[in-house]
Amino acid sequence: MRAKKVSNFKKKSTPYLYLLPTIILMFLLLIIPIGMVVGYSFFDNVIINDNPKFVGLQNYIEILQDKTFLIAVKNTLYFVGVSVAAHLLLGVAFAMLLNTRYLGTKTKALFRVLYVLPWMFTASVIAILWKMMLNPSGIVNYLLEVLRLSGNQIEWLGSRQFALLSVTFINIWSGYPFYMISILAGLQGISTDLYEASSLDGANSIQQFFRITIPQLKPILISLIMLDFVWTIQQFALIWMTTGGGPINATEMLSTYIYKQGFSKYQYSMASASACIVLVVCTIIAVFYVRHQKARD
Amino acid sequence: MKLKTILKKGISVLAAGSMIFALTACGGGSSSDETSDESTGTDSADTESTSTDDSGGSGEGVTLEFQQWWGVELPEGFLDEICQDFTDETGINIELLSNPYADTKTQIAAGAASGTMADVVGLDGSWVYDFAKQGSIANLTELMETSGYDDSQLSDQVQFEGNTYMIPVVNFAYPMYVNMDILNEAGVTEVPKTRSEFLEVAKKVTNPDENVSAFAIPLSTESPSGIQNNFMSWLWASGGSMLKDGQPNLTDNEDMTATVDFIKQLYDENLMIAGTYAMEEADMVEEFTNGRVAFMIDSLAHLLTIQEGAPDMNIAFMKVPVQDGYTGESGMDVANWGIGIAENCEYKEEAIQFVEYLMSPEVNAKLAVAANAFPGNVNAEPDYADADQLFMDAYELFQESYAINEFTGLPTSEELMRSFDEQLQLYLDGDTASAEDMLSETQTIWEEAFQ
Repeated sequence: MRAKKVSNFKKKSTPYLYLLPTIILMFLLLIIPIGMVVGYSFFDNVIINDNPKFVGLQNYIEILQDKTFLIAVKNTLYFVGVSVAAHLLLGVAFAMLLNTRYLGTKTKALFRVLYVLPWMFTASVIAILWKMMLNPSGIVNYLLEVLRLSGNQIEWLGSRQFALLSVTFINIWSGYPFYMISILAGLQGISTDLYEASSLDGANSIQQFFRITIPQLKPILISLIMLDFVWTIQQFALIWMTTGGGPINATEMLSTYIYKQGFSKYQYSMASASACIVLVVCTIIAVFYVRHQKARD
Repeated sequence: MKLKTILKKGISVLAAGSMIFALTACGGGSSSDETSDESTGTDSADTESTSTDDSGGSGEGVTLEFQQWWGVELPEGFLDEICQDFTDETGINIELLSNPYADTKTQIAAGAASGTMADVVGLDGSWVYDFAKQGSIANLTELMETSGYDDSQLSDQVQFEGNTYMIPVVNFAYPMYVNMDILNEAGVTEVPKTRSEFLEVAKKVTNPDENVSAFAIPLSTESPSGIQNNFMSWLWASGGSMLKDGQPNLTDNEDMTATVDFIKQLYDENLMIAGTYAMEEADMVEEFTNGRVAFMIDSLAHLLTIQEGAPDMNIAFMKVPVQDGYTGESGMDVANWGIGIAENCEYKEEAIQFVEYLMSPEVNAKLAVAANAFPGNVNAEPDYADADQLFMDAYELFQESYAINEFTGLPTSEELMRSFDEQLQLYLDGDTASAEDMLSETQTIWEEAFQ
């Protein structure tokens, strides 16, 4: 009996033993740091303060009343909303192009490589590249002047009017390939029988797109949107290296706000509190994502 | 079939082995001279002091970690040689941790937060207040007293609450660069000495059709050092000050108001190059190198870079023009390579010995020449015989001025510069009605930081 119990225990615990190394790593590198940051957010200041005092939700109240934080929230919503929407539209458009039956395999393969190129670069390279191109004396202004679309040197990253639009554009450029590749895989998984059957019923290409393609792609699209939302809300390197959150908060995001609180003002508790607010938002999205994935299964 | 399977397995093993090899190779060694270009601070484990002790007072067998960005900016192997000479003299080993400036700052900040700073650290003056307040860097006044060091030979000491926490090893001056080709083309033969002369020349040289502007000032908020190096230089050149008794003094400060209005005038009359709000120091240097800017205030350290990028450019140096009617001595902005000792260092006696070695007249002179900088020891006599004539011109200007940088030792210096930058941008854009209003708002922000 006892031997049977031991044997059962061994059987049940074996999968957990296989998972143990990963669980330990995740605990050390994920759970503990997150726990520490959440803890820090309830003290008056930490790390540089030998005797931090517990202040409860005071940091959160202060942050939610900070004008700069509210501007960062507004800019982040714009940045994320426009980026995700544009990624979706461009991703679908390019995926459809790469899945068309009107081009040869080699042509499609070549364009697949070209279209996916922005995804190959790191944020630093993208930032440097676009800073140079969007320089008032750069190639973009030069082309606009040559094509007589503009008479002045536009300060794409240096003016409050254009800075947010410019960084959003750069983010869209760098992020659409992920959508494109994922949607392309989805498109290639749609059975051609559906299209044939709909053609027999007299459906045109637009009807096929909205009645067959989109519904078939819906699970993938929802996953992509949720993931992109979480990733874009955390975008830091691109913003920091192009505008640093300026000019005058025009491109201030939650990520740059947190960075400045922590590493410029040395207010680690305030930075932790801001980070926790972002964590809550991302967790809510993540919960929906996991539920959506489970529903698919 | 069997051969195919063997080949398949062989290729898989080879691929896996190559990946493992590549990972271990990328992991970096622990040799005495470690450099890295990664910006993620992966060397944080190395900031922990690995000092070992085999004997007591002589220092033999002790290894000190020296974290700095100098090694990557000096000629290759130069800093190793300096450290090896020290080891030969004293038996104290120096382990160099050389990284680019931004990475060094990140690693030192991380080390300060976790109490695992390297024994000896390269410091920027703007970091000192915060690290000293945190108790992360050691009191050098006490250490120098204990070791009997004569600190009168130091050109400067950066202090916090009356004690020294950083010693500038070498100084980089920020004179005004002039593109004489642009001036000559506009028929200007003499460099301006006052602000009104500067304005006159600026109007003559600015040519929008040729994409040439008179002046550039980098006001990116990512790295707001433009306020220190390019804005305050105008104030300090005319003997002005942004502080009074160590506290912010931006309001009721005529010199400051005049300087703000001067920059505003340059901006409003389109005499400054476009894109100033997103421009960083490196961007400004590029604009100058490409012949699009006539005047810029920049570090002498960039002279070689500019000469390499524009070998045919006729460059000159001049003092930053002064306020009309000012006849006193001019201040010249300096940045420096500073040195400090970590509070968590177990071998402070040996560490101060190393600092004193770097500050000795002979070694300090050698460092200054190699870095194209000016020595931090007043008794050092650098041999600039092989130096560029332009460098000597700048050295002459430096010797006629007094070195100044009021941001060193201030609380959250970078944030002070950033808030000044943002308020200046609002005024330049017309959101703020007057320089007085702009300075009043900035004064309020600065006073909060000083509390």
